[in-house]
Amino acid sequence: MIPLAKWYDLRDLSGLSEEITGWIGADWLASLVSGLLGALGVLAVVGPTLLILIWVERKVIARFQQRYGPNRVGPKGLVQPVADALKLVLKEELRPRAADKYLFLLPPVLIFLPALLIWGVVPFGPNMQVADLNVGVLYLLAVSSTGVIAIFIAGWSSNNKYALFGAMRVVAMSISYEVPMVLALLTVVFFTGTMSLNGIVEWQQSEDLFLVLMLPMTAFMFFFSATAELNRTPLDISEAESEIVAGYHTEYSGMRFGLFYAVELLNTLAISAFIATFFLGGWWLWGLDEWVPPWIILLAKTGGVYFIFIWTRGTLPRLRIDQMMHFCWKFLVPVGLVFLVAAAVERTLLLENNWDASIALPVFGIINAGLTVVAVVTWAKLSGTESQKLPSNAIMARGRVGGLRAAQAIRVDELGAEPVAGGGD
Amino acid sequence: MTTWLDPQAVADRLNTACPGSVVGLNAAAAGDAYLELSADHLIEAVTFLRDDAALELNFLSNLTAVDRDGELEVVYHLQSLDLNQIVVCKVSAGGYDDPRVPSLEPIFKGAHLQEREIYDLFGISFEGHSDLRRMFLWEGFPGYPLRKSFLQMPGNLTAGLPGFSHESGGNDWPVPGTVDERPIHPNQASRNIPVPGDPPRVLGSSSEGQA
Amino acid sequence: MTLSPTDTEFDPREPITVNLGPQHPSTHGVFRLKIQIDGEIVRDAEMIIGYLHRSMEKLAEERTYTQNIPFTDRIDYLAAMSNNLAYCLSVEKLAGVEVPPRAQFIRVLFAELQRIASHAMANGTFINDCGAWHTPLFHMFREREKVLDLFEMTCGARLTTNYMRIGGVAFDLPEGLLPAVRTFLDEMPGHIEDYESMLIGNEILVARARGVGQISAEDAVNASFSGPVLRGSGVPFDLRKADPYCGYENFDFDIPVGRQGDCYDRFLVRMAEVKESIRILNQVVDNIPDGPWLTDVPLHLRPDPGEAYARVESPRGELGFYLVSDGGPAPFRFHCRPPSLINLTALKEMTLGGSLADAIVTLGSLDIVVGEIDR
Repeated sequence: MIPLAKWYDLRDLSGLSEEITGWIGADWLASLVSGLLGALGVLAVVGPTLLILIWVERKVIARFQQRYGPNRVGPKGLVQPVADALKLVLKEELRPRAADKYLFLLPPVLIFLPALLIWGVVPFGPNMQVADLNVGVLYLLAVSSTGVIAIFIAGWSSNNKYALFGAMRVVAMSISYEVPMVLALLTVVFFTGTMSLNGIVEWQQSEDLFLVLMLPMTAFMFFFSATAELNRTPLDISEAESEIVAGYHTEYSGMRFGLFYAVELLNTLAISAFIATFFLGGWWLWGLDEWVPPWIILLAKTGGVYFIFIWTRGTLPRLRIDQMMHFCWKFLVPVGLVFLVAAAVERTLLLENNWDASIALPVFGIINAGLTVVAVVTWAKLSGTESQKLPSNAIMARGRVGGLRAAQAIRVDELGAEPVAGGGD
Repeated sequence: MTTWLDPQAVADRLNTACPGSVVGLNAAAAGDAYLELSADHLIEAVTFLRDDAALELNFLSNLTAVDRDGELEVVYHLQSLDLNQIVVCKVSAGGYDDPRVPSLEPIFKGAHLQEREIYDLFGISFEGHSDLRRMFLWEGFPGYPLRKSFLQMPGNLTAGLPGFSHESGGNDWPVPGTVDERPIHPNQASRNIPVPGDPPRVLGSSSEGQA
Repeated sequence: MTLSPTDTEFDPREPITVNLGPQHPSTHGVFRLKIQIDGEIVRDAEMIIGYLHRSMEKLAEERTYTQNIPFTDRIDYLAAMSNNLAYCLSVEKLAGVEVPPRAQFIRVLFAELQRIASHAMANGTFINDCGAWHTPLFHMFREREKVLDLFEMTCGARLTTNYMRIGGVAFDLPEGLLPAVRTFLDEMPGHIEDYESMLIGNEILVARARGVGQISAEDAVNASFSGPVLRGSGVPFDLRKADPYCGYENFDFDIPVGRQGDCYDRFLVRMAEVKESIRILNQVVDNIPDGPWLTDVPLHLRPDPGEAYARVESPRGELGFYLVSDGGPAPFRFHCRPPSLINLTALKEMTLGGSLADAIVTLGSLDIVVGEIDR
């Protein structure tokens, strides 16, 4: 079969840069042009995908809730995101009088920067990245951490107790959950031996497997920490609508709020792309990437991971902040360290003894899966207060009606409590 | 079925334990039977009622007040969950000037909000209450709405009951057939507004399926 | 304490006062809770009510007994049938009116359907307060919608039904109602199994609601709690068993109680009560007799002077009406004993020491309706 012509491929970007260099003779101009083209390409893909994914999220969550989603605006509600954006643009942008005059205007803009910058390292294809950094993972972690400052400025400058609450919670949660995120990515880096994202995908290509099969717990850790970073349920304590109205963006209205909302989705999309890259093989899919444009494969995988994000959002209740911290520091961090060591050991063994990768890797996969099971079972046994381990069913009174004495009788009969002298009905 | 205790029997037990606490009782038909307690011995009496083994009235079912045309009284429905019996106790709070009753909050925590409500709407002060403030209405509201002396609807309007007039000064229920006929506006002529002297209409009769 | 830049007296050790104000996405109605928070721990909680005070008790003194029935719809607007029933029972006790057997069965039918609808809403909003973005709420509302459709079929209204009358019910059951109820009862156990598999034992829900807002049985009885809140603390008191009305003594059902009186127990009690309601409904639908549905009662009923206190087990607790008559066509005193208000007595004790999130969850588990609190 003749492979498809590579009309979609931006590989000749390098060819283009050679031409520009040859034509004008300035290296910096070539890099500038290629950078701009890459950035525009990324935006061109990400922008419409964002709009469509807003629609997808609303429809999917609605279907989880036994209802249709938006279906009035446009065919099947497809124009809904555009209508929302238009509404936000036309809304009045309030600024509370007591809010800090200039700091209040800063966060919507400030939070957009990391959201866009991390798209620079996503590998859309074998040679299709805006910047093929060889410290891509480090760049990703560093840049995504800076979003927290913007959120905190938003909460503080609003001069609103609810906003401050939300901001405090976000800061505590984000910086706590960065540790498991770093550990997870470090495990991946140790296992694959490279920090470059394209390198990680190529490692998966060369070994012919998805990293999620080798490091299941690490994938879960990264997914869960990402949920915390993105402030999505079950860890959306910072914008828990039922408690603190809207958290750090309570006071923002109009397009300023629109930017917060868009950035949350953009971040979710970016993290989905990263999960697809690290753990699901990125643009590679066992040779299918010769036939189908690799960026379509990546976007399909991103969509799948995004669906899992929507799924957890629609299904799970929210955790309290102290339970979140408890989980992070007492489970994810120790388990992350264990897996880090395991990954390091496994890779060292593989390299130094020159074992056959096609036998060693499945064995390592089984060992890692076993470690995962051990970790989860140990946690299930050790965590939880006494009252949380009580059975989850109501006791039927079986004909006993009354007050405290009847209650005591039920406790004695059904729960095996010690009968109190003079008790019983 | 919950037994509505005979007030005489309860009064006898109460008088042996706290003499002087019962100042009256009405042992009439079931709905009306009540025990009237004196305000001075109220706390003692109710504590006895709660702790006595035969009565065990440890659940305060309802705490409310009635304004009997200037005489305010507080009504308690005390229930025993285990023995499934209930008794109605009343305490006279006095007239409109500074009515006072001891608070049952130290004995029954459930009295806390209900007493605040009565203070708010009737003006009866409960001595010993931890936080006696108005609850539904704001501090400074003029008067106590549920008292009979509080203004009725503005303009002496009524709810459309002809003959239900306030010209007589308050609460004399007019005898049917003795009230002047009110002219009915032509727009209302087609409505079946009952007029005193008409034969009584009944609900649920076969000619009208609806009330 | 505001955080304006000009505030130089800011003491970081002072607790912040947060106002879960009357307008809030989560408090069930216009209910205000002033909480003093130190970090995340609640140090003091004060509730301010009265935003929905409509002076119902005063207005009721100006209307005949029958005219007051629509008022009672609006006291606890999420369980209108129960309110109507309690009031009608109270007037019937006062005036000595007998209710025909068919009307009693119809009353039980609608009271239990109302219980299912109300608990669906209560549990749905409770889980919403725990953070699940409306998914269980919408699922439970599917059931509630079916019940409200049955109400609409019978009396024309979904929420403020105004269906019970003194001496019976307003209209007879329409022809399609009993088959529709049977269909509903056939589907319900399947749906309840779905909810149970999703929610009972759900680790996050258990982590959120176990141990939160606990109250012991002794404190609950002392604070006059009633309904699922009292039964969640382990006290098996249900007015349908202890003081049966409308023929409940003829039906076979059980009372669920909780273990330790926390929010999760109340949630479990409500879920179990829905199953018991279905059991009662099956018995009602199978045994409903023919006959009149309303006793002839004069339009301007003038009961003999006296008083009466009758109560029902509404979905929220012991809903009682204390009526005093002086021989006139309107009540001399009309008092509603609101379970939601009395269930709030110990709110401060239940939320003290927990976190703000726990306070919200506790409030949700008490299932308050502000119409009942403020009247």
